[in-house]
Amino acid sequence: MQRIETAMIEKAKALLSSGEVTRVLGWKKGELGYDVEPCVFKSEESLKDFCYNVFCGANLSKYLVEESKKEGKILVFLKPCDSYSFNQLIKEHRINKENVYTVGVECQGKVDPYKLKENGIEMVDSAVETVDTVTVKGKEFKKEEIILGKCLTCTKKPLSYDDIISFNEKREPVLDRFETVKKLEAMTADERYAFWKDQLSNCIRCNACRNVCPACTCTKCVFDNDNSGIASKANSDSFEEKLFHIIRAFHVAGRCTDCGECSRVCPQHIPLHLLNRKFISDIDRLYGEYQAGEDTDSKGPLTNYTTGDVDPSDVFGGNN
Amino acid sequence: MQEMNNEKRPLIVAFCCNWCSYAGADLAGSSRLSYPADVKIIRVPCSCRVNPMFILKAFQRGADGVIICGCHPGDCHYTTGNYYARRRMSLLFSMLDYLGIERERTRVEWVSAAEGAKFSAVMNDFASKVAALGENKRLEDLRCKE
Amino acid sequence: MKKIAYKNLDLLYKEIAGAQELYLPVKVAKATNFKKYEDGVEVDIKSLQTVKSAKDLFFPQSEDMMEFKTSGKNIEIIDARKTPAPFVLFGVRGCDLKSFEILDRVFLAEPVDTMYKAKREAVTVVTLACNNPESSCFCKVFGVDASNPKGDVQATIVGDEMFFEPLTEKGRALLDSLKCLEDGDATAVEGEKKAIAEKIDALPFVNLDLSEFKGENLMKLFDRPEWEDLSKACLGCGTCTFVCPTCQCFDIRDFQTNAGVKRFRCWDSCMYSEFTKMAAENPRKNQMQRYRQRFMHKLCYFPSNNDGEYGCVGCGRCVKKCPQSLNIVKVIKKLGGKNND
Repeated sequence: MQRIETAMIEKAKALLSSGEVTRVLGWKKGELGYDVEPCVFKSEESLKDFCYNVFCGANLSKYLVEESKKEGKILVFLKPCDSYSFNQLIKEHRINKENVYTVGVECQGKVDPYKLKENGIEMVDSAVETVDTVTVKGKEFKKEEIILGKCLTCTKKPLSYDDIISFNEKREPVLDRFETVKKLEAMTADERYAFWKDQLSNCIRCNACRNVCPACTCTKCVFDNDNSGIASKANSDSFEEKLFHIIRAFHVAGRCTDCGECSRVCPQHIPLHLLNRKFISDIDRLYGEYQAGEDTDSKGPLTNYTTGDVDPSDVFGGNN
Repeated sequence: MQEMNNEKRPLIVAFCCNWCSYAGADLAGSSRLSYPADVKIIRVPCSCRVNPMFILKAFQRGADGVIICGCHPGDCHYTTGNYYARRRMSLLFSMLDYLGIERERTRVEWVSAAEGAKFSAVMNDFASKVAALGENKRLEDLRCKE
Repeated sequence: MKKIAYKNLDLLYKEIAGAQELYLPVKVAKATNFKKYEDGVEVDIKSLQTVKSAKDLFFPQSEDMMEFKTSGKNIEIIDARKTPAPFVLFGVRGCDLKSFEILDRVFLAEPVDTMYKAKREAVTVVTLACNNPESSCFCKVFGVDASNPKGDVQATIVGDEMFFEPLTEKGRALLDSLKCLEDGDATAVEGEKKAIAEKIDALPFVNLDLSEFKGENLMKLFDRPEWEDLSKACLGCGTCTFVCPTCQCFDIRDFQTNAGVKRFRCWDSCMYSEFTKMAAENPRKNQMQRYRQRFMHKLCYFPSNNDGEYGCVGCGRCVKKCPQSLNIVKVIKKLGGKNND
C-alpha cells in the first residue's frame, strides 16, 4: 500500500511543477503515527511530510469550501466517501469546481486509533497494510477488528474525479449499514429512549460533529446565533442535547452522504451516524432509494415530493 | 394519568394552516361543535411553514402533544406546500419515535375549511390519546416546568 | 498505609458513598467520565483518563447562578447557588490534580469565585497513580509525577490490591472512617512507583523543550508565521477546550423559563467564532487567531502572570481527542525551542 502514497506524491509533484495547481490538499504525518492531520501543501519540498496511510480517516472535502474560493487551482485527494461529500457540496454550490483538481484514491478502510488501543496497541511507528489486514508493531489485525465504524459498512466507489489512483479492487463491506438502525427499531420505545438517553447524556456540545460535517456548511449556524433563542454553549438541561442532535440530523437529512465523520470525531463516542442513518433508511423506504452525493444535479428527497407520498400517520404502518 | 385528569390538563399545540384548518376550527366553533380547551391553536400561513424546531420548542415549553393541520394534499393554497410538509413531518415524527418519544404525541391531519366536524373529531381524539399518555416526560425541559 | 483487595473495591465505594457523595470514573454508553456513585453504575477505575476532566466537579460545564421571577411590577431575585455537601472525588490522576492548582490561581484569586471555592473546600481528593501511562501523556514536562500524584489520599494499584496513603488531615479522617480497609505495607507501593516512573521516562513526549515560551518572547511568538500552518486544519469546534482540565473560560447566559429567567454560567471556548464578539467588532476574525490565542494563553500569557506556572498539565486529552489531530504537542515542537527537533 506504500505504492499508492508514492504515486500520490508523484502526481502532486507533477501538477505543482507544471503549474496546473498551486496547492495540494492532503494529509500530513503526525507525531505518534496515528495523529495524521489534514494539510495544504504549497510546494514540492513541503510534500516530504505528505502521507497516505491507514490513519487518513479525515474527510477533506469540507476544506474546499474555503480553499476553492482562493486564487489558483488546488489538487485534492478524495477517498471514495470524501468524493460523495465533494459532489454534494458541488450540488449545493458551496465549492467552486473550476478551482479544484480532484484525484480519487483507493481506500480499503481506515483504522480507528481507539480500536487499536483497545487491542493493546498504543504507539504506532508504522503500519503495513494489505487489502484485508493491517500489521502494527508486528501484530497482524484483520481489517474488521480495527477499522473505523464508517468503513465497516462502506460500499462507496470514487466519483467525479479528474484522475484516479487505485491498484486494488475495493473490499466488500463486512456489515449492512442499517443493521443497528433495524436493531433499534425493533426495540420498544422505552428501550430506545433508555439507549439514547445514555448516549446523548454524554454530549458535551463541543460541536465537533457539526464542524466536521461536510453537509453542515451554514455560514452562521442557528445554534450559534444569539438571536435564535436556542443558542447555548453547553447543555444546561437534558432537553438541549436532544434538540441539538435532532435538529442537526434533520437539517442534513437528504443531504447526508453517510461519510461517518460525526461518529469518528465525537470525543464521547456517541454513535451519531445512527441518527443520520435512520433518516436515510426512512427516505429509502418511503421515497425510494437515494444516495446523497451520488450525482451533482438531482433533487434531494426533502426538496422533492410526489402526490402519492405516504402520510405521516401511515409511516409506522397505519397504527398511529 | 389520574393526576392528569384531576389537576393537570394536557397541553396541546395545534399548528393550523391559515387557509384551511384554521377556518375549519372557526367552522367548528360557529357550528357549536366542541373540542377540548387544552388545544392551543397557532395559525401558520401553510403547513410547510412549520419548522421542526417549532415542534420541539412547543414540547420544551410544556406541550404534551403537537398536531399539525394543513390543507388536503392537492389543495394547498400555495400549490405544493403541504407536499413538502408531508415528507418533513413523516421523517421528523419517525425520528422522534426512534428516540423513544411516544408516537401518539405527534400527528398530522388534513382538515379543509369545510370540515368543522372533522376538526372537532380530530382534536377530541388527539387530546384523549395524549391525555392517556400523561405528561410529556421524554422531551421536557425541566427549567420550563417550575 | 491502608489497602483493600481490588475485587473488593465495590465495598469501599459503597462505604464511602454511605457517608458522603462519591464521584469517580463511571462508564456510561461508551465513554468514561466522573459521575456520582450509585447502585448499578459501571465504575471504570482502571481507565487512564476520563473524557471530561475532573474540573467538572468544581467548575461544572453548566451551573445555575440566580433566578429572576416577576410578579406584577416586582422582580424577585433568587440566589440559585447551592451549598455543596462534603464529597469524595476518587481516582483523580496526577495531571488532573495539578490542574486544580492552576484553576485555583484563577478562581480563588480576588475576586474569589464563591461557587468554585465552596466546592473546592467540600472535597476530599483521592488520587490514583497511573500504572500504564500512554504515549499521549507528557505530564512530566509540567512537573507532574504520575507515579506520586499527591492529593488528600494517594492510591496505588499494585497487583490485585489497592493501597492508600493519607497525605492530609482530611485524607486521614477519610481513611480512618473506612472499616473495609486493612493495614498495608509500603514496600510494594514503592516498587510500583519506581516501575511507573520508568515507564514515564520512556514516553515519547517527556522531553519537550518549553524554553522559548517566556514573557519576553511574547511578541516574537505571537508573530511567528508557523501559526498559519499549525492551525490550518482547525475546525473551530470546542473539543480541545471542553476536554482540557485547565481551560477555565466561561460565559454567562440567561434562559427564559415559562415563569421568569434563569441565569447560568457555562463553559465557553476560545475556539468558537463568537467568543470575542462584542457589540461593534470581533477582534479575532479568523481561526488562526483563535487557535493562537489558546496556545499563547496556556504557554505564554498564563505563566507570565502566574509565576511561571504553565496553563497545561500534559494530560494529553487534546492529543487524543482533536478531530483533526491538532494539539499542543505539535505547537510546542514547532515553537518551544531548539531541543524539540
